[in-house]
Amino acid sequence: MKPAPFDYAAPAHLDEALAILARTENAKVIAGGQSLMPMLNFRLVRPDLLVDISRIAALRGITGRGRGMSISAMTSHHAVHTSPLVKEHFPIISEAMGHVAHLAIRNRGTIGGSISHADPAAEWPMLACLLDAKIHLAGPTGTRTLDAQAFFHGAMTTALAPDEVLTKVDLPALPRHTRHAFDEVALRTGDYAIVAAGVLLSVGGSPLTGGKRILDARIALTGVGEMPIRMRDAEALLKGQKAIDDQLIERVACLVRDGIQPSSDLRASADFRRELSFSLTKRLVKSAWEQRSQS
Amino acid sequence: MAFEKRIRVTVNGRAFERSVEPRLLLSDFLRETLDLTGTHVGCEHGVCGACTLLMNGDSVRSCLTLAVQADGAEIITVEGHGKAGEFSPAQEAFHACHALQCGFCTPGMLATVVDALRKLPLDSEAEVREALAGNLCRCTGYQHIVDAVLTINTKEEGIS
Repeated sequence: MKPAPFDYAAPAHLDEALAILARTENAKVIAGGQSLMPMLNFRLVRPDLLVDISRIAALRGITGRGRGMSISAMTSHHAVHTSPLVKEHFPIISEAMGHVAHLAIRNRGTIGGSISHADPAAEWPMLACLLDAKIHLAGPTGTRTLDAQAFFHGAMTTALAPDEVLTKVDLPALPRHTRHAFDEVALRTGDYAIVAAGVLLSVGGSPLTGGKRILDARIALTGVGEMPIRMRDAEALLKGQKAIDDQLIERVACLVRDGIQPSSDLRASADFRRELSFSLTKRLVKSAWEQRSQS
Repeated sequence: MAFEKRIRVTVNGRAFERSVEPRLLLSDFLRETLDLTGTHVGCEHGVCGACTLLMNGDSVRSCLTLAVQADGAEIITVEGHGKAGEFSPAQEAFHACHALQCGFCTPGMLATVVDALRKLPLDSEAEVREALAGNLCRCTGYQHIVDAVLTINTKEEGIS
């Protein structure tokens, strides 16, 4: 259980990292290493060169943009978990970060690493899809920005090219009066989720426009396929509703259950994942709806 | 050896400079290169928590960290807790509550507890159990470890 030999570079600037990646075959970027290190130890990954981007100061930090924000790639889960700015504008992220592994992993694991790694059960890829994040990539010929949904191609497969580095994740502001709920089911605290789900309900409107209603609804799940999934049909059913009752919640949860194609593995069968998705959706939609808006 | 890199680390207050292969894990660097065998190696893929230590004040898995990544870092292993003949507050609590039996998980437990005391709410038993969830113990059934953590009322670092 030791990595195969590799060379190592820890550049201080992004340009330098990109230049190294451009001229090296079989190089691999390492961020916090909390997913890559086990794969190196198991020799599932055998790079000739490891490019450590943790010494690039410009890749760290959280910047507010109005009610939206930009999180740089090397920002740790712990930094996000404890950020007052994140808690204020994206409380669903603060809540989800508490489910990411354990403190020691959250100290080193990063948003950029988690999204690049694209584990089908991880929290960040799902949050990125739920929040319509923009993923910024830097490569030898410049930068490009992808919608989260376009970034993920499959289990541990993304649009990121071998000579590119994920530099930051932009999170567009949520509508005012957005209520949220997040939860996951795992075998033990801190384990990868069997199924995790997030729900956002934006409530607005005035008496002039017919009273308050759900202006925007978003539901995302992870652990139920190769990559996180937005449940567009279920979201459409919630949009425009003035009130939510148990019957509607049941219909939404059925759309979720029937709209996913989970697989079976050692932790859970496909049927169990479908049932978990159904009951998590019911619980989270209800809980988000009943939450009093913060703003 | 090919690819060797020169690193400088401070371990338990003492400065070391060594040449290491990039693939050398921090856990193996401490155990094999520096002969500090207090850091225990269990699963070597980040699950068991036995190799957890403090790097620049944060608890980290030393099996998921390369020695080269620790270049310039300040590391505290279990050998750095307390002083000669004097337990740290966390060690004292573990001792008083019988929070160890074989002792294999203890170095990692102590690092986790010291970091968690600063960063996590540890007022209830449920919170303590969640904070310890990343460290496996096969002897104690965890109860005495939970008891020990609940007796450490200080929010100070608990190392020395």
